[in-house]
Order: sequence, then C-alpha cells, then structure tokens
Amino acid sequence: MAYSEKLLDHFKNPRNVGTLDKANAGVGTGLVGAPECGDVMRLQIQVDPETQKITDAKFKTFGCGSAIASSSLATEWLKGKSVDEALAIDNMAIVEELALPPVKIHCSVLAEDAIKSAIKDYQEKNGLEVTAVLEAH
Amino acid sequence: MSQRLIYLDNNATTPTDPRVVETMIPYFYENPGNAASRNHPAGWVAEGAVDTAREQIADLINVDPREIIFTSGATESDNLAIKGVFEMYARKGNHIITATTEHKAVLDACKKVEKKGGEVTYLEVDSEGLISLEALEAAITDKTILVSIMWANNETGVIQPMKEIGEICAKHGVLFMSDATQAVGKIPVDPKATGVHLMAFTSHKMYGPKGVGALFVNRKNPRVKVTSQMDGGGHERGMRSGTLNVPGIVGFGKAAAIAKEEMHEDAARLSKLRDKLQKGLMDVLEESYVNGSQEHRMPHVTNISFKHVEGEGLMMTFNQNIALSSGSACTSASLEPSYVLVALGLGDDLAHSSLRFSLGRFTTEEDIDETIKQVAEGVNHMRELSPIWEMYKEGVDIDAIEWSEH
Repeated sequence: MAYSEKLLDHFKNPRNVGTLDKANAGVGTGLVGAPECGDVMRLQIQVDPETQKITDAKFKTFGCGSAIASSSLATEWLKGKSVDEALAIDNMAIVEELALPPVKIHCSVLAEDAIKSAIKDYQEKNGLEVTAVLEAH
Repeated sequence: MSQRLIYLDNNATTPTDPRVVETMIPYFYENPGNAASRNHPAGWVAEGAVDTAREQIADLINVDPREIIFTSGATESDNLAIKGVFEMYARKGNHIITATTEHKAVLDACKKVEKKGGEVTYLEVDSEGLISLEALEAAITDKTILVSIMWANNETGVIQPMKEIGEICAKHGVLFMSDATQAVGKIPVDPKATGVHLMAFTSHKMYGPKGVGALFVNRKNPRVKVTSQMDGGGHERGMRSGTLNVPGIVGFGKAAAIAKEEMHEDAARLSKLRDKLQKGLMDVLEESYVNGSQEHRMPHVTNISFKHVEGEGLMMTFNQNIALSSGSACTSASLEPSYVLVALGLGDDLAHSSLRFSLGRFTTEEDIDETIKQVAEGVNHMRELSPIWEMYKEGVDIDAIEWSEH
C-alpha cells in the first residue's frame, strides 16, 4: 500500500527519538503495546511543575512504519501543550494527519494510549489527581 | 524489470524468463486456436503446442505426459487433489493427514473437507520445520486415504523427508500427495521415485507465466483418480474442464525445458549467493537467527529473524530498492504473525521480526552485496528506535514485563 508523504517523512526522519531520565520527578513514562502483537511504544514527557506545560517529549517504538510515524508525530504535538491539552489529543487526529490506512488505525490508538499512559505516570508520581483515563481496547 | 529494484521475493513469484515470453507470443494472435477444436488447423496447432508443453513438463519431473493435468495454478491443483481424492475415495475412508506448516491452499482445502465430514490430522513440526516420521506413521488409521505433505516450504525453504514419507505411505497403502510448488524447477523432483501419487506445482514459481499450473496424477500402480471440481467440457481426461490456456501452457513448457537444462547450475550459484547473504548479515548483526533447517533447505532461500525489530517497519527502510517479504503480521490484513514460523516454536515476537530472502535466476552478486548493506543499515536504524532493544541492551528481562495486550 502507498503511504502519505507525511508518514514517510516521520518514518525516515523520526522526531524526538530518545530517552528521558525516569528518576526525574517531572518525567512521565508510558509503555504500551506488546512484542507479541508486533508493536511497543515508549513515550516520555517532561513537565514543568510551575506551568504544567510539557517542555519535552521523547519516544522509542518497536513496530511498523505507521506505529513509528504515529509516535513521532505525537511527540511533536505534545511539546508546548499543557497536560490538559495533551489529554485531548484524539487518535483520529493522527489518522487524518498521517492518512493512515484502515488496517493501521490501531497504531494511532496505541499512540493515544502512550500519551495518556505517560501523563498518568507523571500525575501518579507527583501525587496529582489522575485525570488520564486509558480506555480498554 | 526495473533496473534499480533488487528482487529477492522469488518464492512469491518469479519474473517470467524472456525466453519463455518469446515462445508464448505466437499463441496469442498468429495461432489463436482452441486446443479442443478438432476440425481445423488452428485447433491442431494449439493441440500440438499443448502436447509439446505437456511432454516438456513431464520430462522435467520424469513422468508420463498423460499424467499431467493442467490447471490455473498450484492453489487449484491442491484443491483438486485434496477434495478430488476425498470425494473419489469416500468409500475407502475419510481421513487425511497433513502438517501445520502447509500452504493455505492445502490447509483451507482440508478445512473444507472437515466441514463435509472428513477428518484431518495436522502433524506438528520440530524446531527445524520437519515433520516426525514416527508421528506420521502413528497417525495412519484404516480410514486414512491421503497424506499431503509439501515438498519444500514457501517461507523457510525447508525440505521434508519425502522419500521416507513415500515409503510409509506405500507400506500402509495410502495415497501420497505433495504440494511441490516451491521445489519443481529448482531442485530435482521425481514423484515416481519418491512414492508421490499426486503433485501440485505451478509455472510462475519457475520463471514461467502466472495463471497456469499442473497436477501430476499417477496413472499406474496405483491408478489414481480424482473427482473433478470444475465441470464442463470434460477436458484433461475429465478431471478438469475448461478451455486450456494455450499461451500459458506453452510458456510453462518452455520454462520446464529451461529448468531441466539450467536448474543444477542455478542452484549451485544461488546457494553460494544465499550463503554469502546469510553470513554477511549474521556477521554484522548480533541477535539474528536463521529460521528452520539449514541442512534440509532449498538452495535459494533463507529466513532470518532480527530480534527486537519489527519486520514490516524494517522493510520500509529499504523497500524502495529491495523487494522481499516478512513473516510479520502487519504485512497482511490479519494481525497474526506467520503461522509457519510460530509452528517452528518461535515466539510471536521473533516471528514478527523475520525477513524471507528468496533469490532467483536473475539475482546477481551485486544485488547480494547491496542487500547486505541496506538490510544491515535498516536493522541498526530500527534498533536505535526500538525500546525493547534498549531494554535488552540494559539487561532488562523483557519476558518478565507485563505488557499491555491490545
């Protein structure tokens, strides 16, 4: 199947690949998926405790091109957003932006889960009210 | 073929040899006849061309031309053999034995047989991809009418102990059918010397055109018959009706004649290139594993898992330049990884990490050198991106993690 230019760009030049220090209180980590299913995403956010804004985001993904592009795009969108704004990111926005084919929609769902999971981790670590809700799929 | 695309997906289909294409061309316009038309020269020419092709194909596998039934391809041949035997020998029994690593054309035909009251035993394979002869013999009952075991596997290239299976079938008076799609034209295949009574194969895996295949049906000792699955004009001794694909059959015949001449040379050259490719990748990429037996294997195939890298994503790093296939789920509509690799005992994660390299007559040494380079770069790139690779490098026990299945 043919992929969109945007998807190929995120796949070939993934943004924000890397690892943030888990020991840092401002870092939230989300690890979703499973190797048996063919995709695992680890998405991390760095939150400024003063402003509650996401100042940095990093990812690493084991998966197909759509999974890598979805997580790369997610990190790009997260930077500069408040935690509440980040929670509003919907997987269908990723589907539209990357023009994911129907068989790849699960990749965008996984990216949304990774965002929510990272925020949940950050909120739990800092004794904040947990507003991130992971939907069961 | 495009000059820049390196084609290493010859188990999916082979390019049609230009010498084959040349022999087919006169049978589209100049010689338009239907091989079943008995009353004019156009029909006679077509019939003669089909006879020649039938002889060429029979000669390649050392059988009588009257034992070749033309079909549309190996899927149809598999269906005709399995369903046809099930119906023809219904009075003798209803039990069929096959293996879990067979092609879907065999497995799905068996599933259909089960729905019609048949019983099917699916033999498991060991980590090499080989069936157990003891398990086969133990599975045979007085209701067993057919054993269907593929000659060589499409994903791993693993070759089954055909002669030994043939002996067991002969001992128990059971028909032996083989899907030899990946083997015919690539290695010597002699069904009669092997005790095979029915054998499916196809033109487009041996440098012939797509859309034409054959079923070998043994004529003597024992005389085997199958109930037709396609009814009509009674072509092909009543076993497969339908106007013969004359240009396709002519091409199939030429492909068989070329294979007979060049198969040994091709195999010797390709096994060296395959070994170079496999070694070249294994030497530079740690945590790489060859899937299936390396001793009992087709000369042009290798299937390798690159741990902690997902196959489809990996292919996207080079698929503008190199065509091959992956056992990973994401390549197909289903999300399950290759059932063949899982049957060998690979975990789903390793099955998702596999690539199948299948070389062919037109593969060059430059193709292999370039493939080693691009695949190694791709694996390293994907490992840089892989959280599981990072954990593995940090010594984290990945199996101990509770993954969120979705």
